[in-house]
Amino acid sequence: MEIKDRTAIVGIGQTAFGKGLPDTELSLACQAIAAALDDAGIAPREVDGLVMFSMENGREVEVARNLGLGPITYFGEVGYGGGAGCATVGHAAMAVATGQCRVAVGWRARKRAAKASRPWANVAARVSGSVQWTRPFGLLRPVDEIAMLTRRYMYEYGATRDHLANVALACRKHANRNPFATFFDRPLTREQYMASRWISEPLCLYDNCLETDGALAVVVTSAERARDGKQPPVYIHSFAQSIPPQCQPMTNYFCEDPLRGPAWECAQLLWAKSDFKAADVRVAQIYDAFTPLILLSLEGYGFCARGEAGPFTEAGALEWPDGRLPINTSGGGLSEAYVHGFNLILEGVRQMRGTSTCQVPGAPCCLVTSGEGVPTSALLLRRA
Amino acid sequence: MEEQFLLPDVEDPDSAPFWQAAAQGQLVVQTCVDCGQRRFPPRPMCYRCRSLRHRWQPLSGRGTIWSYVIAHPPLLPAYEAVAPYNVVVVATAEDPTIRFVGNLVESPEEPFHRTKLDRLQIGAPVRVVFQRVDDVYLPRWMLETSGR
Repeated sequence: MEIKDRTAIVGIGQTAFGKGLPDTELSLACQAIAAALDDAGIAPREVDGLVMFSMENGREVEVARNLGLGPITYFGEVGYGGGAGCATVGHAAMAVATGQCRVAVGWRARKRAAKASRPWANVAARVSGSVQWTRPFGLLRPVDEIAMLTRRYMYEYGATRDHLANVALACRKHANRNPFATFFDRPLTREQYMASRWISEPLCLYDNCLETDGALAVVVTSAERARDGKQPPVYIHSFAQSIPPQCQPMTNYFCEDPLRGPAWECAQLLWAKSDFKAADVRVAQIYDAFTPLILLSLEGYGFCARGEAGPFTEAGALEWPDGRLPINTSGGGLSEAYVHGFNLILEGVRQMRGTSTCQVPGAPCCLVTSGEGVPTSALLLRRA
Repeated sequence: MEEQFLLPDVEDPDSAPFWQAAAQGQLVVQTCVDCGQRRFPPRPMCYRCRSLRHRWQPLSGRGTIWSYVIAHPPLLPAYEAVAPYNVVVVATAEDPTIRFVGNLVESPEEPFHRTKLDRLQIGAPVRVVFQRVDDVYLPRWMLETSGR
């Protein structure tokens, strides 16, 4: 049994993005789901499937009680934070395609703009499990963990800070066209990038994503029902997840080839299930908690050979409208909002509907990826 | 200051023998008794042959810097107070896929945040030293060319 094109995203919804929003994460989740259902023209009582991040603070039962959903016949959770976004949609698609439910919702609600809410800032003095091998030495934050891989990547392949800047500048340019983006009215220059303060060398401030309060949701139903929907259907063409052998989330230093992350295995299944190849993809939403994740993902998903992602970014290749592969066309985690990458999924849907503020004309499909460096997932969306 | 740094839980059942060996000045790695496969971080089962029997094999304590970062604020208070500081990943001489996170230090006594940052270089040969913090002995690393 295949799920190819058998389901579609028929509704998208989001809250405003901000810092210090008064609403709880549960309230934000409900608001985003309500907006997505309105967008789809589907009543809450028709929702019978729920898929969320295991990190979600609002629980399924609370979401269902607030929105008046159900009865729910399928619910599930996906772990590993930023790796989970595309998987919530993929699980929803599988549940709909196999008849376990008819209308499924996936979402992410998050309040991370407050400093005290950052997980790495809230730890006991004694640490156990995998972090006992890293945190005592001051490798504390996600940025430190990815900077370690980045330094090695730059050493092995000759990538430069200019290549990382190419990623940051592309995302910022796209955010500057998106009125809902946090950095809509804040341009960024290469000079500002190069002069910004270090966070964890070799990564500077602008290599880091935003910290955002907000929520986003999508509605998935069968392709059959989607054809009569309020919105143009956006088909879930291909979906994949991966935990590669000996994977350790974020601090993937203990396997044979640490620079070959989860994206590589995820890509194998994604393309095997797809009618498209990487060369057919003309727009992509690639998980960007940190700029180097884009370089690793470009290689992992097959847009260039290993070690060639740095040069791939040159000459505006990642920028709308003329680049060979415009990425993160709403601004991404770096410049629109960082909600564990869920905003990338909604932008993928807008690209396939033809409603992006950086619309790539005529693109037949859009790749959306979740976090590289952690157990991950990816979607290939196809336009109607 | 020092006691506010994060420390490992040395009673973690999978890793306690590592920290006990560290307290004796020895860098050890979990090794399968049945097939000889080394594995790190420690875990109950050998991923090659599924044996539950393991021993703790001493390593020479020599390796090379595989990568490093220089951490700058914002950080936890104890770490922010000494930033910027280095964190390294060292590939061991016996098996370059057995790697340890640590810090480059100038001498067995010198705090990790006092290391001159221009000493850091990928590929540089290093050897382990153990620095006591509270009841824990943390493996850190010195350049092979220094302090000999």
